[in-house]
Amino acid sequence: MKVIVPVKQVPDVVEDLELTADGTDVDREFLKFVVNEFDEQALEEALCIKESSGAAVVVVGLDEPDVDQALYGALAKGADRAVKLVGTGEGWLPGHRRSAILAAWLAGEGYDLVLTGVQAADDLDGQLATLLGARLGLPHISVVVRVDAEGSAARVRQELAGGTVVEEAVALPAVIGVQAARQAPRYVSISRIRQAQQSGAVEEVPAATADGATGFRLRRLLAPERTSHAEMLRGGPGEVAERIVELIRAKGLIPG
Amino acid sequence: MSNDVLVLAEHQGGALCTVTFELAGRARELADAWGGQVQVALLGASNLAGQLGSADVVFTAEHPALADYNPEAYERVLLSIVHARTPRLVLLSTATAGLDLSAALSVGWDAPVVSSVVGLSAEGEGALATAQIYGGKLLAEVELAGSRAVCAVIAGSFPAAAGRRDRPPAVEAIDAAAVLDGLRTSVTGVVTAEAGDVDITAADVLVSVGRGIGSRDDLEVAEELADALGAPLAGSRPLTDQGWLPKSRQVGKSGVTVKPKLYLALGISGAPEHVEGMRDAELVIACNTDAKAPIFDVAHYGTTVDLFDLVPELVKRLKP
Repeated sequence: MKVIVPVKQVPDVVEDLELTADGTDVDREFLKFVVNEFDEQALEEALCIKESSGAAVVVVGLDEPDVDQALYGALAKGADRAVKLVGTGEGWLPGHRRSAILAAWLAGEGYDLVLTGVQAADDLDGQLATLLGARLGLPHISVVVRVDAEGSAARVRQELAGGTVVEEAVALPAVIGVQAARQAPRYVSISRIRQAQQSGAVEEVPAATADGATGFRLRRLLAPERTSHAEMLRGGPGEVAERIVELIRAKGLIPG
Repeated sequence: MSNDVLVLAEHQGGALCTVTFELAGRARELADAWGGQVQVALLGASNLAGQLGSADVVFTAEHPALADYNPEAYERVLLSIVHARTPRLVLLSTATAGLDLSAALSVGWDAPVVSSVVGLSAEGEGALATAQIYGGKLLAEVELAGSRAVCAVIAGSFPAAAGRRDRPPAVEAIDAAAVLDGLRTSVTGVVTAEAGDVDITAADVLVSVGRGIGSRDDLEVAEELADALGAPLAGSRPLTDQGWLPKSRQVGKSGVTVKPKLYLALGISGAPEHVEGMRDAELVIACNTDAKAPIFDVAHYGTTVDLFDLVPELVKRLKP
């Protein structure tokens, strides 16, 4: 059993996002990048599969800011191999192109399962798991919260609306978009990541010159027009608390 | 090609989802602007076709593989429909089916796809889609000028009333048997959810926590406030995924929708998936150190005071 986990770096949306001069991308120069949180979930689920079935886990990322940290982090957590696809350029990479690059690499790799995050904060032209599954002609299932691989098939739990969860059986190979792993992603210490870094075990592979246009024109990015905004309560913790208690009282939700 | 707009009907538990009416209503506007028809694909629930009066035609398909939602079966039938009917635009929601299918239609039908759409209008022969990106912190305006496109629309973006019309649409049954041969995915059962300890949808007051809570121990601070208000503790997805709160306490797209009289949001950023589940609360008071957090767009009152400074002050004033 071989499980491949594509991981992706996304701008940390806790930060302020400034736009480039032409307004079609975020200014990446001073941005902090983090691993897509759902890819962390996919990696955790892959590691759980490894623990229960002895699968090999291969993590793959495109050459994006801070991706080394993510790849070495995955090795430190227990991934068997880490691959970096280099030469993909800078700036926002559409999902269509990203999936074409990964599909080209996957074709020469051999695998039973591809687990990746169900979505990412900069998905504008579709989600990677679905794009990959469709490109590879494989069954694909998104919003998944558990994967149990058994021989040539997997049992997959998929979330529908309102918290309903169904179980599906899918023939392998298959591509899974992971919403949440069966357990919280494991913690790995900085010293373990450093150890992994010293091993220098990330393989660099030139990315395929894959086509992958979105088919649309991104006119511009803009900050949402705020149709409404909260009235901000000013002052220190005590003053703000006082105001909030007044609001709750005025609503008749506490006596007084 | 045509000027038609095709909507994928979503249904669960024998009823059409509200978002389907939202999409049908916007499809009507676009089809009228382009001079085309509104078409709805209704798979495995032909009996609901009569409710889709805003459509000109409803394509129904019945097959054992469509009895439950099966992503592979849906993909194959939808692809056969779009190849045969060549609509100008296909609309899905961003719920599970949309995540499974919208990008697959893009690849399989060679059409651009836009995810997380919140606005959509005709622009001459084409369309302009406005989509959320970076967790709703920015919007992207996307021009769809070609003869085909797919949009995955966030629920609540368009009024549902526009999609409800009291007249029977034409119904056309599709024979899906041929395309459903040799499926590799099958639905084997429903996982019974653990019974929730508290029904948070019934509470007048909810104290709800998000990622601003950094550890399980930190949760005690919020619990104390919830106790002081006699309110259950709810939360956003990251907290239930961590196992810090039971799944029954999760508010949002993949949890429950709540409409309490007071929703106290602590350390919640206001991602679209969360807001979908609480935006109709009567009074929303939000506490988040990030002044630009989207939660302040839905909250009535807000503060950037650190929740760990604010909550003890609240508890002090609320405890008898």
